[in-house]
Formats: sequence, C-alpha cells, structure tokens
Amino acid sequence: MTGLPVAIFERFTGAIDFIMEKRPSQLGDGELVGGPAQVVDFAITHVVLSAAAIAVGLAIALPLGVYLGHRGKGEVLAVAVGNAGRALPELVLIALLIAFVGVGFLNLTIALSILAIPPVLTNAFVGIRQVDRTSVEAARGMGMSERAIALKVELPLAAPTIMTGVRTSAINVVATATIAPLAGELTLGDFILNNNLYGDDGVFAGALLVAVLALVVELGLALAQRALTPKGLKLQRATA
Amino acid sequence: MTALSAVVAQIDDSFFTDRSEADCIRDNGAFCFEWVIDNFSDRYIGPTLEHLVLVGVSVALGFLIAFGMALLSHRRRWLIPPFIGATGILYTIPSVAFFFLLLGATGRGKDTAIIALTAYTLQIIYRNINAGLANVPAGSKDAGRGMGMTDRQLLWKVELPLALPEIIAGIRIATVSTVAIATLAVFAGGGGLGSEIISGSNITFKTGIVVAGGLAILMAIIFDIMLLLVQRRLSRWQRADRAERSGGGGSRGEFFRRKPAWTAQ
Repeated sequence: MTGLPVAIFERFTGAIDFIMEKRPSQLGDGELVGGPAQVVDFAITHVVLSAAAIAVGLAIALPLGVYLGHRGKGEVLAVAVGNAGRALPELVLIALLIAFVGVGFLNLTIALSILAIPPVLTNAFVGIRQVDRTSVEAARGMGMSERAIALKVELPLAAPTIMTGVRTSAINVVATATIAPLAGELTLGDFILNNNLYGDDGVFAGALLVAVLALVVELGLALAQRALTPKGLKLQRATA
Repeated sequence: MTALSAVVAQIDDSFFTDRSEADCIRDNGAFCFEWVIDNFSDRYIGPTLEHLVLVGVSVALGFLIAFGMALLSHRRRWLIPPFIGATGILYTIPSVAFFFLLLGATGRGKDTAIIALTAYTLQIIYRNINAGLANVPAGSKDAGRGMGMTDRQLLWKVELPLALPEIIAGIRIATVSTVAIATLAVFAGGGGLGSEIISGSNITFKTGIVVAGGLAILMAIIFDIMLLLVQRRLSRWQRADRAERSGGGGSRGEFFRRKPAWTAQ
C-alpha cells in the first residue's frame, strides 16, 4: 500500500507538467500537445459552449416556469419535464443529436440546452408557487398589475429556489460538455477522451481541470444565489 | 484529431455483417427493426444486466453510507454542514472526470465506475434522510419520550418510520439519476448500456443508439414507478392523517391514528 500515495503523487506532478508545458503527442507524429495555450483554448471552448447552452435553456425555461407558476397552471407539465430530464441520459442525448442532426457547436448547444431546461423549469414553477400568498394578495391590494406581481413580487421571493435550479442545470451542462469532443467540439474533455493522443498525464490533467471548473462554477453560482436572495428573506430566516 | 475521429475509427464492420442483410442497416434509417430483432439478445442483454448491477450496487452502497452519516449527524447537529459540503463536492465533480481521477488508484473497470456513481448518490440520499428526520412532528417525538422510550428506541420506532417516505423519495431520485449517469460508465471501462452507444460501435448508427437509449430510459421509468409504489405504501399513514384533518377519515385503524382532542388548539 505504500506505493499508492506515491503513484497518486506522481499522477499529480505528471498532470501539472502536462498543463504547464507542451510535449510531443503520444502518436509520435511530432505534434505538440498540452501546455497552457492548449489548456486555455479548450477551457474557453468548454465555458463558451456551456454558457451558450445555459443561456438558451434559461431563456426558454425561466419565462415559462414563472408564467406557469404565476397562473398556477401546468403543474403536471412542470413536474413531468423535471422528472423526464433526470431520466434522460446525457450520452444518449448527444449521440442521438450526432446521429440525427450532425456534429458541431450549434447541435451541441441545442443538446446541452435541453439538459439545462428541466431543473430551471421545475424550480421556477415550484418557487413561484411557494411564494407566500399573503404577499401576493398584498401586492394585488396595492393595485399592482399581474405582470408586476409576477416580476416584482413573486420572482424576487422565488429567487433562491430558482437559483438552486440554475445551479443544477449549470453543473449538468458543464459536466456533460466534457463529452462534447464526441461531437467535434474540443472542450477540456478532449484530454480525457483522447488518451492515445495526450497520454495518461493528459487524461489525469483533463479530469482535474474539469473537476476544478465544475467546482468553480458551483461556488460562483452559490455566491450569486446569496447575492440574489432578497434581504427580507434572509432576515426572516435568521429570526425563524 | 478530434475524439470523434478516434471513435469513428473504432467502427467495426460488424454492424453491416451482423447476420441480417437488411437494406435499412446500410441506409442507416431512423430505426431498423430487422437489425434489432437479429441483434437484441447478443448485443443488449449483457449490457442491460451490467447496467442494472452498476445502478443497484451504487445506490445500495450510497444508501448505506448516507444512512450511516445521517445517523451520526442526527444527534450531533454540528456535523450536518460539513457532511452537506463534502457530499456536495462529490456530487458536483462531473462523473466522467471522477472516473479518470480514480483510475490511478483503482484502475479501469466496474469498481471505478461504482465508486464514482456511489459518490454521486450520497448528496441526494443524505439530504433526504436529513429532511425526513427533521420533518418528524415534535408531538410524535414527545409522545415517544412520554412513553419512556430511549433515544435509540425513539429513532428506530418513531423517527425513522415517520421519515421513511422522504427517505424513499431520496432513493428514487438517486436511482433515476444514476441510471442516466451510468451510461457514462463505459468511459471508465465499467460496461453498461453506454458501451452500446460508443465503444466498438458506431456513434452514428441510429438504431443502436435508439435501442440503448430507450433501454436506459425504460429502466429509469420502471425503477421510478416501483419506488413510487413503495413510497405510497409506506406513507399510507400520512394520507390517512391528511384525510382526517380535512374532515374525511374513517379508515381502518382510525382510532389509533386520531389526534387527541387536546392537540387541536
């Protein structure tokens, strides 16, 4: 067992080397792989692809969830979409899109945004429904329009729940963008999936980078969630 | 130089020579029924069983660990934030990355896949067990204490039975998600239905993907329905309670479930 910590340490140093410095590819074709430039290049593709997919998913799911939640309609739809989203394997989604539509940035954005929709839709619906009815009645009593009630009362009060959905979506999308190289977009996952090119150090470096990226996204969104939670809600919770 | 080319390079001609010579294989239509009939038992039974094992073992292990953690933190509330944080990190790390982080320690194969999948289920199950225990009505606990129960008896005879529906709900969510995530186990050399989607086969052969994907979704739905039925069965007391509060009731055993008059104040 004494060998294991050493082996793990060697993997880490190998991965750091791979990230810091270019090296000839495993194929022996003279091409250089690894190094900061390639890592940054793949990381940017990973982030841009994920951001595009999350933006598209949000643009569809958020208005729909808020509308359905405000009207109190479509509970079956919102819940069913959430459950279906959980059961749908990411790999199948991407493979189907490759087979039926083709490879490329646009197709991947579509596939990943389909993953992003269910958690946001379900949480937006549930979050809006859970808003204290007396707050809504008070707003109505003050003569606010339905639109203003939805946007200025319900939406802020539902923000923490909605952000939980956004976090789940974002993590799913960033995780799944790891297998995007199957569809021709070179994200950080390429280091992992293409080990006959990058070698073991590259694979481990890729896995580390993807894990770190996911944790950074999660942490960033957790901070955003805190910032978006209305002060009133925080006070309420503190005293409760 | 993309991974796609690597995958496509793996295409073996077996698809086109798999006994049936149906035109729809070469045409690669949306769904080639003849190919499925000829290949189903050879290609899909094994991976389906592997998939079942991956999911079953991972969720069972995840439940055992999460249950142990929940019991530990039940009387030591200060343990809850670090447990949520630690399981949250495991939940956040993408499965594919997790597989490859483990490779150095466990090598390629089922073990690696199962460790990563188990780690993934912890957060979901732990949160639900905690929520279930936290939602046990204080009155029920007081009643148990009043009857002279020890902490241990209170936990096993009052708190856990009342928390069961939420615990099962957590297992349900974890199981359905794990069925989907386990398709990625193929990247760790763990087999499962994912192997019929990418390795040694053609990621552009539509029928193969539709069948493997369909089987995974079907498996998720069957697990979901089974666990939903268990959840319903275990929460009958809840419905009886609700019916009674809303003026209904009259179910079997009502006498024992009826709230004493002095609680309704």
